[in-house]
Amino acid sequence: MERPLTQHITFPPLGLRQYEAVGGYQAVRKAVRHMEPKDVTALVKEANMRGRGGAGFSTGMKWSFVPMDVPGPKYLVANADEMEPGTFKDRWLLEGNPHQLIEGMIVSAYAIQATESFVFLRWAYKQAAVEIRKAIAEAYDAGYLGKNILGTDYSLEMHLHTGVGRYMCGEETALLNSLEGKRATPRAKPPFPQVSGLFGRPTIVNNVETLSYIPHIVNHGVAWFQSLSRTADGGTKIYGVSGRVNKPGAWELPMGVTMRELIEEHAGGMQNGYRFRGVLPGGASTDFLVEEHMDVQMDFTGVAAAGSRLGTGTMVVLDDRTCPVGFVHNLEHFFSQESCGFCTPCREGLPWTEKLLWAIEQGKGREEDLALLASHATLLGPGNTFCALAPGAMEPLQSALKYFKEDFEQHIKHKKCPYHD
Amino acid sequence: MLTIAEKEQIEHEIRQVPVKKAACIEALKIVQGHRRWVSDEGIRDVADILEMSPEEVDSVATFYNLIFRQPVGRHIILLCDSISCYVMGLRALHQQLVQLLGIQYGQTTPDGRFTLLPNPCLGTCDHAPALMVDDDLYRDLSADDLEAILAKYT
Ligand SMILES: Cc1cc2nc3c(=O)[nH]c(=O)nc-3n(C[C@H](O)[C@H](O)[C@H](O)COP(=O)(O)O)c2cc1C
Ligand code: SF4
Ligand code: FES
Repeated sequence: MERPLTQHITFPPLGLRQYEAVGGYQAVRKAVRHMEPKDVTALVKEANMRGRGGAGFSTGMKWSFVPMDVPGPKYLVANADEMEPGTFKDRWLLEGNPHQLIEGMIVSAYAIQATESFVFLRWAYKQAAVEIRKAIAEAYDAGYLGKNILGTDYSLEMHLHTGVGRYMCGEETALLNSLEGKRATPRAKPPFPQVSGLFGRPTIVNNVETLSYIPHIVNHGVAWFQSLSRTADGGTKIYGVSGRVNKPGAWELPMGVTMRELIEEHAGGMQNGYRFRGVLPGGASTDFLVEEHMDVQMDFTGVAAAGSRLGTGTMVVLDDRTCPVGFVHNLEHFFSQESCGFCTPCREGLPWTEKLLWAIEQGKGREEDLALLASHATLLGPGNTFCALAPGAMEPLQSALKYFKEDFEQHIKHKKCPYHD
Repeated sequence: MLTIAEKEQIEHEIRQVPVKKAACIEALKIVQGHRRWVSDEGIRDVADILEMSPEEVDSVATFYNLIFRQPVGRHIILLCDSISCYVMGLRALHQQLVQLLGIQYGQTTPDGRFTLLPNPCLGTCDHAPALMVDDDLYRDLSADDLEAILAKYT
């Protein structure tokens, strides 16, 4: 089985010459010398590459919204913020093969004719910062970055920006505000960043895994990309499992593997003494799935049909010895703390949700609290807040109320958490 | 007062961006890099050089989790308090840290050695629970590991 994204991951990562020796930077050569920018975009669109940052929007489609005939700078940004709890896939790519990301960024920037590019990297990824900085310098020295790349008339600058910690920096418009030195609050759309983004200029923000894939699509084409997958969403995907499984980890697998294969085969099943109760299939902001969903194919459509989202594809397992109320409280604590405070439902509603859950977990919940929690799940749901943070926060909550209702009720009835003394 | 080194670094950042204000976060990082935290005076100095109001600079500084507006210790402990670490034993780790250090989240040991902070997911959930001390990441932890880890930092 082919693993284009991860086959050359090593620690420490390949240096530029080693990366070239395994075919690295061929896609840059091909694109800037032999392809029109619009042909690169068309190729990625035709491959049906869907963004790996969570929302799954068509990458080629997104690029095609960039106005190509306006004079002045355009920007490309790699979203390497990765602060979604339970998500650890981009770290692997950043630390294990930084040149692949940089190559992907050059080809993507060429497609939209960007003149400047940024890696927006979170503070905590110290090792990644070292590797990316080194790789950018090597790419400049080799003529893949800077003025007149490989002797063509295409030029691109690349900068590493390290963030100062805030989940909101991952939301693409908040990320742009942060890059502009401001608070990371989201911007109203439209205008979309593709038209008016960083400093008011056309800007594309893509996830690290998305960008790392681009060179492979350019090298091998549409049919190859689609042949890697088991479903209509092409390619492979980096999946991950954490929690009380025998072998937590991340693996590159064909898009559309089932949850059962992931948990039982790759993650080695549940640890001795623990039973599977549920799973967040794609990070903290996705709805729980349970036993009956084990055979769901993990692609964008399959997971959505089961009532959740593929999200980042890195899942967190809930076992039978962890309290579901405590689990959801932990999630809502995170979202409440990371709310940017810009709009009232989220700013006020998330701390309220968190406090209700804490009270229930402490044995101080009241029967009416469950209806209150359910109403929050609606009031903070899609369409009622400025950005997707609050609706994302409600996904695990609403599904926990559905699948683990008896646990909530037990806490309230017996005035204590049944999982701890 | 900004030192000459701080000033030079901030001016370098200003040259990278189309408007001065856009260097705000970088300027705060530079000041913090030299002094470990950003005081009210630091805010005013950054405001002066960027031609912003101190309130505006403060609103940026206080937004971000890792710009420190209070003095911090020589070493920062970032304990991951997110979901995979929660499932894998965060509670025991937290209790042990609080006991060893004698401080709660947000506090600094009286000898100025450590500041303990909770931090969202460190992106190493397959090796949970995890924490960072300064630039060093520690993974697959149990409470018994903590004493030896702390001993490395003076
Ligand atoms: C609160 C919030 C946090 C997000 N964090 C990230 C992140 O850390 N990394 C990421 O790639 N996308 C993140 N996203 C999604 C981005 O807004 C955006 O959709 C994505 O970077 C686009 O890349 P893609 O098209 O390649 O998937 C976040 C979204 C929200 C609402
Ligand atoms: S939903 Fe929350 S995070 Fe998003 S803009 Fe509103 S307050 Fe900010
Ligand atoms: S939840 Fe602790 S590292 Fe991800």
